[in-house]
Amino acid sequence: MFETFLFVLLAVVTTIAAILVIVQRNPVASAIYLIITLFCLAGIYLLLSAPFIAVIQVLVYAGAIMVLFLFVIMLLNLEKEKKLIYRNRLQKVLGVFLGGVLLAQIGMIFSSVLLEGSKGKFPAEKVAALGNTEVVARLLFTDFLLPFEIVSVLLLVAIVGAIVLAKKQI
Amino acid sequence: MMITDYLPIFIFLVVAVGFALVTIFLSSIIGKRKITPQKMIPYECGMDPIGQARKPFSVKFYIIAMLFIIFDIEAVFLYPWAVIFKELKIFGLVEMAIFIAILLVGFVYVWKKGALEWE
Repeated sequence: MFETFLFVLLAVVTTIAAILVIVQRNPVASAIYLIITLFCLAGIYLLLSAPFIAVIQVLVYAGAIMVLFLFVIMLLNLEKEKKLIYRNRLQKVLGVFLGGVLLAQIGMIFSSVLLEGSKGKFPAEKVAALGNTEVVARLLFTDFLLPFEIVSVLLLVAIVGAIVLAKKQI
Repeated sequence: MMITDYLPIFIFLVVAVGFALVTIFLSSIIGKRKITPQKMIPYECGMDPIGQARKPFSVKFYIIAMLFIIFDIEAVFLYPWAVIFKELKIFGLVEMAIFIAILLVGFVYVWKKGALEWE
């Protein structure tokens, strides 16, 4: 009961904040609302008994990635966004129409199909008993050892790429 | 873990947001409202602002932000590792050492290239 209440609260706040992200004219204000959205999503992950993803959501998305978003907003020449008001009538009509089609499709799927997949190796009860982070860690450092080490190479490539792209004069 | 176990974190968030809101609210009802041009500039007792606040930032900040994200993602892998660190014994230590060593190459590269210098 309490969890349902929490979910509804978080879902409503997430949706309102997400709408505010797209209606703001000021990109910095949009970014602030996106942080609220991401925080509420972290709360929803907690309700799904996935505390690890919830913490990562706050640390990486609400922290690091939002910093990058803000820097990109600052990096671009601002004040131009005010001129970006679409006056194209056809585009608006088409956008509303396609959005409606998408909504209808989602509605049809939810009304016709019972959304319950088959259970995998780690159903919610087992994960809750073992501890979410422990399960993730055990799999990551034993079964998925090679992908984990490859991630470090991927990050290395990202470091080199960032430096090469941003530091032209070297 | 039950959802009620996160009550301390919830209280922490409520107090943090609440303190900010209460402070703004109190200052708006207790304080006087007398607007002068001097009060409306960003720093009342500082330098006079030059031009607009919203200028394009230097690309130097961008590099720092990129590197911050990459090393943040590296740190993310340390959390699950720390949870079962004792269970993995020496095997876990070695695999994390390899992981860190590969990223250390990147760190040395960044350092040697002078990307952390503020030239």
